[in-house]
Amino acid sequence: MSNFPLGNIGGTPTVQSDFARPNSLTGGHRGCQGCGEALGARCAIDAAHQTTGGKILVVNATGCLEVFSCCFPENSWSVPWLHSLFGNAPAVATGVAAALRSRGQDSIRVIAQGGDGATYDIGMGCLSGMFDRNDDVLYICYDNQAYMNTGVQRSGATPPLARTATTLPNKSYLGSDPQTGKNLPEIAMAHGIPYVATASIGNIRDLEQKVSRAINIRGSRYIQIHVPCPLGWGYPTAETIRIARLAVQCGLYPLFEGEYGKLVGSTPVEEPIPVESYLRPQRRFAHLFGKNVSANAVGVLQNIANGNMEKYRLNWEILDA
Amino acid sequence: MFHQLEGSQAIARAVALCRPGVICAYPITPQTHIVEGVGELVRDGHLEHCEFINVESEMAALSVAIGSQAAGVRSYTATSSQGLLHMIEAVYNASGLELPLVMTLGNRAIGAPINIWNDHSDAMSVRDTGWIMLFAETNQEAVDLHLQAFLIAEKVSCPVMVCVDGFILTHAYERVDIPSQEEVDEFLPPYTPRVSLDVDDPVAIGAMVSPDYFFEVRYLAHRRQMDSLEIICCVAESFWKKFGRDSGGLFHEYHTDGAETIVVTLGSVAGTIKDVVDELNASGEKFGVIALTSYRPFPADSLKNSLKNAARAIVVEKAFAIGIGGILFQEIELLMKNINVKIVSVVAGIGGRSITKSMLRECFLNKNSGENVFLGLNEDIVAKEYVPMKSHSCEGNVP
Repeated sequence: MSNFPLGNIGGTPTVQSDFARPNSLTGGHRGCQGCGEALGARCAIDAAHQTTGGKILVVNATGCLEVFSCCFPENSWSVPWLHSLFGNAPAVATGVAAALRSRGQDSIRVIAQGGDGATYDIGMGCLSGMFDRNDDVLYICYDNQAYMNTGVQRSGATPPLARTATTLPNKSYLGSDPQTGKNLPEIAMAHGIPYVATASIGNIRDLEQKVSRAINIRGSRYIQIHVPCPLGWGYPTAETIRIARLAVQCGLYPLFEGEYGKLVGSTPVEEPIPVESYLRPQRRFAHLFGKNVSANAVGVLQNIANGNMEKYRLNWEILDA
Repeated sequence: MFHQLEGSQAIARAVALCRPGVICAYPITPQTHIVEGVGELVRDGHLEHCEFINVESEMAALSVAIGSQAAGVRSYTATSSQGLLHMIEAVYNASGLELPLVMTLGNRAIGAPINIWNDHSDAMSVRDTGWIMLFAETNQEAVDLHLQAFLIAEKVSCPVMVCVDGFILTHAYERVDIPSQEEVDEFLPPYTPRVSLDVDDPVAIGAMVSPDYFFEVRYLAHRRQMDSLEIICCVAESFWKKFGRDSGGLFHEYHTDGAETIVVTLGSVAGTIKDVVDELNASGEKFGVIALTSYRPFPADSLKNSLKNAARAIVVEKAFAIGIGGILFQEIELLMKNINVKIVSVVAGIGGRSITKSMLRECFLNKNSGENVFLGLNEDIVAKEYVPMKSHSCEGNVP
């Protein structure tokens, strides 16, 4: 399928374009203007809602998504929703799934969701445990590549050379160290769970298809959605979708699917662009384009993109592993 | 029916009789035999519709229980010591979310230095987390308290922690009366959640609460716990009617009528203390014992009433707060302010140090003891280590 969403032209309409969409995350919440996470969550949960006929229970980790959507006495969720802690959402979801099994209600599906801080860092142990037991939960990570709720600090998902509040560049330091960070989708795949996918809010059709597919698979599933953050990344709020698409087009955010530990497909990039086109509009990378910075810095990220192109075979499509 | 059982196995059977739907297990000494025991019962088919889950940490153990209880299913887990500390964030969370799950705490010391033996440091570290905390004196009471715990938790909508002395109870073989499934079913009705995750009636559980409401939420949690004093008594009474045993309730009194000295304590050491008191009373002394069952909520009024006519109260406890001293002691001292009862703090049994009858006898008879006794402390080691420690810390000028 195309990397460029065609809206409703020539294909199945998206859930989001349907007037009767479930609106799992309703308006009136406190998300920032242009929030990628709010968009990602609505698209994902709506798709799961529509696929299951509304038979979903959602567990949320602490973070932006939880704080902006459910501040008592207001609540933007129209689905059953449970928030416990920052680091335990996968385990709580395991418990919810176990309760459903105990009651013989297997048709109800469980989703756990959280940001990259909750997923990559503080909740990593619980997530790995959930994968290890192959618990019947779809875990969705909204990846905005830093701790946005607390004011943009570095997480394990922060890309190399990005500026965050805890990786502030100066004359001798160019932001988050090039040798740091981890590849959680691959870590998830290494657990051998039935389904792993990456998605982007720049490609809603693809995102919805992956969620709709994942929600009915039995066992542990992991979907990671790239959700740009205007505040944390430093770009105008109207640019969220464009930034998300640029990340995919330059190869820094490869969209792929894995099953039982094997890569089974990826979304090809039709017209690859240099990473600079993606980096330049964002203030978190502005220091890479200063006067005294060597071109090498951007080269580090270009190498990562090139590596992704090859590793995930983004230049062509493979149907079978 | 009577069985000769290890404490942990007896507790496992009691828990199984309560028909939990989800049980989460993570090993930590001395609690491990309990979850092993329930796991075996689940796999052998003694427990229908029960999911037994091996988790990767105590944080996950309690979190899984939080999730399953929030989804409307009776849930159980157990832990000890470091494990309790590892799950501390979830401990607060379970009570904050008003989830009536039950957890056994096999009481053990907290490190460093690492120590696997019994004291009450772990329980004391969570005394203000909003859980109802019940202490068992014997393995029979441990069994009985678990049956009561689920009922209390579900009536109050508050998690209950049943504290059982590690090794001393968990690993001791005793004759224990295990009731039949029919009897327990009559005593403990199926769980009906007040609120739960339900696709037909969506609710959001665990919202963020602003300063406009947070204070009230916490205050109501306090009120709810104070009200549960009455429920704990009612449950103990209906337990007595059903099973004919005086188990649970707020505290057990032993020869307190007319006692000049009342020893107040928590957990299994009450048995040793009662033996000592029997011997002392046989030689003309007037001692009584109060073994606290309900530590949280703290039965302040009833306790005050039972202590007010004594000349002296000795608080024997297996934990202390570094930097201030005995913990239960402070609470009882506060309770007895303006009442003319001398309160003595006896800290003993720390890190599994034996508490013997002769130690206790000598301590109880010493009417001129100071207010703070560290019973069984090896003064030779302290003397050897304290002097160099003190001189070292006083070296140099404080900037």
